Amino acid sequence: MSLLEVKNLHASVNGKEILHGINLQVNIGEVHAIMGPNGSGKSTLAGVLAGREAYIVTEGQVLYQGKNLLEMDPEERAREGVFLAFQYPVEIPGVNNSYFLKAALNAIRKHKGLEELDAIDFLSLLKQKTKLVDMNESFLNRPVNEGFSGGEKKRNEIFHMAVLEPTLAILDETDSGLDIDALKTVSEGVNKLRSKENATIIVTHYQRLLNYIVPDFVHVLVDGIIVKSGGKDLAIKLEELGYDWVREETVHAV
Amino acid sequence: MQSADKNIQWYQSRFEAFEQSLNGEKSKPVHTVRRDAIRRFAQNGFPTTRQEEWRFTNISPITKIEFQPILQYELQGIGRNDIRKYLLDRAVHAVFVNGMFSSELSDIGTLPQGVVVGSLAESLKKHPGKVQPYIARLIKGEESAFTALNTAFMWDGGFISIPKDMVLDRPIQFLFLATNHELAYAAQPRNLIVAGAKSQCKVVETYVGLAQNIYLTNTVTEIVLGENSYLEHDKLQLENMNAFHIGTAQLQMNVASHYTSNAVSLGGSLVRNNITAVLDAEDSECTLNGLTLSTGTQIIDNHTAIDHAKPHCNSHELYKAILDGRSKGVFNGKIFVRKDAQKTDAKQTNKTLLLSDNATINAKPQLEIFADDVKCTHGATIGQLDDEQLFYLRSRGIDLAAARDILTFAFAGDVINRITIEPLRQQVERMIHDRLDVRQSGIEEG
Repeated sequence: MSLLEVKNLHASVNGKEILHGINLQVNIGEVHAIMGPNGSGKSTLAGVLAGREAYIVTEGQVLYQGKNLLEMDPEERAREGVFLAFQYPVEIPGVNNSYFLKAALNAIRKHKGLEELDAIDFLSLLKQKTKLVDMNESFLNRPVNEGFSGGEKKRNEIFHMAVLEPTLAILDETDSGLDIDALKTVSEGVNKLRSKENATIIVTHYQRLLNYIVPDFVHVLVDGIIVKSGGKDLAIKLEELGYDWVREETVHAV
Repeated sequence: MQSADKNIQWYQSRFEAFEQSLNGEKSKPVHTVRRDAIRRFAQNGFPTTRQEEWRFTNISPITKIEFQPILQYELQGIGRNDIRKYLLDRAVHAVFVNGMFSSELSDIGTLPQGVVVGSLAESLKKHPGKVQPYIARLIKGEESAFTALNTAFMWDGGFISIPKDMVLDRPIQFLFLATNHELAYAAQPRNLIVAGAKSQCKVVETYVGLAQNIYLTNTVTEIVLGENSYLEHDKLQLENMNAFHIGTAQLQMNVASHYTSNAVSLGGSLVRNNITAVLDAEDSECTLNGLTLSTGTQIIDNHTAIDHAKPHCNSHELYKAILDGRSKGVFNGKIFVRKDAQKTDAKQTNKTLLLSDNATINAKPQLEIFADDVKCTHGATIGQLDDEQLFYLRSRGIDLAAARDILTFAFAGDVINRITIEPLRQQVERMIHDRLDVRQSGIEEG
C-alpha cells in the first residue's frame, strides 16, 4: 500500500525554486534512500515533508495515507506519524529531554484517541528505549540537546524516534558528523525500529550509512529533480563513480 | 510646576495629620528622622523623566492622584481563608493589611530563643535596642522621593531580628495585602531585617492586591547582614493591574556575608524596584536575580546598584523579562568598583524575551570601575522566541501554543530555579503557567 505519494513537487525558498518536480512513491515497509550532492535539494525535500514554513510549495501534491500532507501543520503531521530526524538537532535550554518527550508522546497519543501515559509507565518506556540506542539514562534529565556532542545529538534524534514510533521517518543527513562507532549505534537503532508497519526515507550525501541501513530503493537527486532510481547497488555505483557520472548520464539521456 | 507644588503640599498636610496622631511618639528620636525626610521630600518633589534615574519611567500617573497615607491598622473584614492561597507552607507568617501588621491574620508560632519576627511599630516599643541602631540608617543622601516619603510616614511594617549563630530552618514570609477601598490610599510598609553574625535565614516578601482598586504600595526594606551571615530574600509582587508599586531594598553587608535576592514581578500598572547593595566588607557575596512578566500596558522597571567598596567581593546578577502586549520593561544595572576594591568579581546578565511586536525594553548596564585588578562582565540580550526551536517542538507533535508555552517557561525557569524555598518556587511556577494559559486562551478567542 502506498504510504507516501509525492507528485510533481515544486518548492521554493526565498523566491528561488529548489525542487523542480519531484515524483516519489514510498510504500509501507520500505526503506528509501535519497542521495545527492550538496545543494541538490535533499534537505529541502525533507523540510517540505515535515512542514517547514520557509519552504513554499508552488506546484504538485503530497499524499500521506491518502491525505493531503501539505495542508497539515507540522504538529499535525507528527501526530499522524511523520517524523523528521533533524540534520542539525536544536538545543532547547531549560526543557529537559524526558519532559519534552512526554509532551510530544502524549500529544500524539491523544490524537490517536489513546490515554495519556502516566509518569511511571512513561519512565519505564523511556528506559527501555534508551537501551535501543545505547544511550545513558542521564540524558533523560538533561535539557534537550544542550551541551550534547554531535554524535549524542544524532543519537537523541533516533531515541526520540524510538519513543514516538512514527509511521514515516525521514532521516535528514543523520550520518553527518558521526564517527564510525556512533554511526553503527545509530544505524542499529534505526534497523531495530524498521518493520512492516512503517517506512523510512534516508536523506544522505554519502553511501557509508547505507552499508548499515540497507535501503530497498535508492533515488539520486540532482539540481532539484530525481534523475535516477534503482536498488541498493545504485548507491555503491554512485560512491565509486561520483555524482558527475549521473549528471553526465542524464545529459546523454536527454 | 504648580501641580508639583500641589503634590508636595498634599503630602505635607498628610504628614501634619500623621504627626498629630502620634502624640507622645513625637518626642522619640525616630521622629526626627521622619521630619528630615518630609523636608527632603518637599525640597525635591517627585522625579521626572528629565532625571537620569527616571528617564525611561514616567511616574506622572502617580503624581496625578492624591494618595491618602494609611495611618492606622484596620482588618477590613479579611479572613484567613481569603489569603490562604498566598501563604507559603511551613513558613512563619507575618501578615500586613495596607502596610500595617495584622495580629489576627499572622501566625508567627513559637520562634527560637532571641528571634523576633513581627511588627516594626511594636518591636520599636518592645525591643528598641534591636531596632533603633538600624532603622533608617542605610538610606541617606541620594534617596528617591519615594523613599523619603516612606521614611516620613514610617510607622509599621515587618521586622526580623536574628541573633548571632542562629540558623532558622523555617522561612519567614511577610505577606502584604492591599485591600479594596473607595479612597486611593498609599500603603507604605517599612521593613527591617537584621541578621546576626553567622546566622542563616530565608525571607519572602509577598505583595498581593486583593481587589481591582487603585492604590500605591511604597515599600522600603532595609537589611543588615552580620559577619558570615547568609540571607535569601525573595520577593513575589502580585499587585493588581491598576496598582502602583515602588519597592526599595537597601542592604549593608559585613565581612563574608552572603545575600541572594530573587525578585519576581507579575502585577502592577507601574512598578519600580530598586535594590542597592553596598559591599563595604571583604569577602562578601551578593546575588541579585529578577524575573518580570508583563502584559497589557504594564511598566515594570528594575534598578539595581551594587557598590563594591572593598576587595575580594563577588556579585552576580541575572535579570530576565518576558514582555507581552504593549508593556514596557526597564532594566538599569549599576556596578561600581571603588579604587580599593581589587579582586572584585562582578557579573551581570540581562535577558529579555519579547512576545509581542508592541512590547519594549530599555536595558542599561552601567559599570563604573576605578580599580585595576578586577573581573567585571555584563551582557544584555533582547529577542523573540526562536523559530527553529518552535519548529523542532512542533515537528514532534507539540502544538504551536504549547510549544510557545514550553519555551517561554524555560526562559523563566533559569530564574525560578534559583529560588530555594520549595513552596515559593512551586507557587511562582504555577502563577507563570496560569499567566501563559490566560495568554493562550486570549489568543484563541481573539
